[in-house]
Amino acid sequence: MSSLTASKALAPIGIAGKLFAFALDVARALFRRPFQLREFIQQAWFIASVTIVPTALVAIPFGAVIALQVGGLIKQFGAQSFTGSASVLAVIQQAAPIGTALLIAGAGGSAIAADLGARKIREELDAMMVLGIDPIQRLVVPRVLACMLVAFFLNGMVSVVGVAGGYVFNVILQDGTPGAYIASFTALAQLPDLWIGLIKALVFGLIAAVVAAYKGMNANGGPKGVGDAVNESVVITFLLLFVANFVLSMVYLQIIPPKGG
Amino acid sequence: MGVEIKVDGLTKSFGKQLIWGDVTLSIPAGQVSVMLGPSGTGKSVFLKSLIGLIKPDRGSILIEGTDIASCSERDLYEIRKLFGVLFQDGAMFGSMNLYDNVAFPLREHTKKSESEVRSIVMEKMDLVGLVGAEDKLPGEISGGMRKRAGLARALVLDPEILLIDEPDSGLDPVRTSFINQLFIDLNAQIDATFLIVTHDINSTRTVPDNIGLLYHKHLAMFGPREMLLSSEEPVVRQFLNAQTVGPIGMSEEKDADELAAEKDLDMPPLPPIPLQLEPSSGIPRRHQREPGAWCRENGVTPPPGSFESANAGLAPGA
Repeated sequence: MSSLTASKALAPIGIAGKLFAFALDVARALFRRPFQLREFIQQAWFIASVTIVPTALVAIPFGAVIALQVGGLIKQFGAQSFTGSASVLAVIQQAAPIGTALLIAGAGGSAIAADLGARKIREELDAMMVLGIDPIQRLVVPRVLACMLVAFFLNGMVSVVGVAGGYVFNVILQDGTPGAYIASFTALAQLPDLWIGLIKALVFGLIAAVVAAYKGMNANGGPKGVGDAVNESVVITFLLLFVANFVLSMVYLQIIPPKGG
Repeated sequence: MGVEIKVDGLTKSFGKQLIWGDVTLSIPAGQVSVMLGPSGTGKSVFLKSLIGLIKPDRGSILIEGTDIASCSERDLYEIRKLFGVLFQDGAMFGSMNLYDNVAFPLREHTKKSESEVRSIVMEKMDLVGLVGAEDKLPGEISGGMRKRAGLARALVLDPEILLIDEPDSGLDPVRTSFINQLFIDLNAQIDATFLIVTHDINSTRTVPDNIGLLYHKHLAMFGPREMLLSSEEPVVRQFLNAQTVGPIGMSEEKDADELAAEKDLDMPPLPPIPLQLEPSSGIPRRHQREPGAWCRENGVTPPPGSFESANAGLAPGA
């Protein structure tokens, strides 16, 4: 009985270990030739096509909300001239990677999990292995790379759209000075802020794709199993992304001194 | 051509539940063997462990000196090139049409030009009678066609071993006969080792050279067709003749009460052994044996009326 409860209590660790082992398999398959260029391009195109529009639509209110919030707050301190800088920092360091991650996980990751899950229950993956082809190399690696690439570019798009949205709202709704908004960009923000944003986007794309692929490839129990796999992959990805974001932000704030500080 | 599969002491359990234990047999090279068993005895698990999709707990599976049960992932992918596998539903890639499905292994593993690929694919499609359906998607065709397309894909790399999972499930009796005939003709042509997993008794009685029976978590018997068809062993006899009298019950094993109730019931006499299916070309297969050869060699008297017709010869009412 005690072993039963122990094994139940330790089950999540086992799952985490399996996920990590899967990630290592993917990393190993990354360097195995031939690289599946065609699959990579198809997947990148597919993920981009399901995420671009929703991401852009999310980015505008995201930037606007931050601009309004930060603008209102900063006005009370009497430092309006720094509004631009503060909202750029918030958008590029936090909002852009998180917004990207949510859409990559929600739209791209769920599509990957559903696709691989359906292939798994139709025995397509078994058939592929039997034909001497490693599905991790053939299917998962291109998807992971495609997801990272798309996350990287989406992050750039969210940054631009978010900052532009912030600009519009600040200038029009809060009577900010256009010149001051733009001129203050470099007052607090610095180039490494952009790098950390992009690194975060890459890591989030990686996590979303690996979790989705893992869940999809381990789907079982018929069509319901595929639905469960998609659901679990999205939930797990969200949890992991917020943890990863926290860790990356902490590390970044520790090693890069804030400008003007 | 054809490769022997030596299985030794193979054991597999899922969690605490033993699927089968200590399965030892060798599937002879170039012959057609059938693995039988009541539903849920792990026939498909057995098939999947032969190709390394499922790792057994103990035991070894030797193919050309490589142990499938313990070799590295890399060796496994290498050795799988010897195999052709037909899955229950054909396992076609849903996003590709039939032509691309069948061409897939060639494009992945060989450097053949597109015209060579085309000629090989069309040859295999012709073999399974699917010419004209190349552009269809797997979702648009019937189960029987998917199965035949799966067979074409399994054949495209000229396998040494062909594993077939329930070829008759979802097929009508006529198509089942056609596909059985196809297996025999293929075996005559390519001399590969065939292992068919099924519980269709008609096919079992007429197609293979060897029969194995998985029952109650172990391999009850494996040997030449005539040996099993003339066997007096209750389990083998009950299963091969599709009867209710015998040790196999509805759920799994019959309990003591049920067995006691049947004690006075005699098992019906063994039906005659049918002739084995012959290649449609009329040219005998390399491993084909003359009807009754095994019985004569081993001094077994076959049931009366044996080897007179290819009728599967089940007992009346079965």
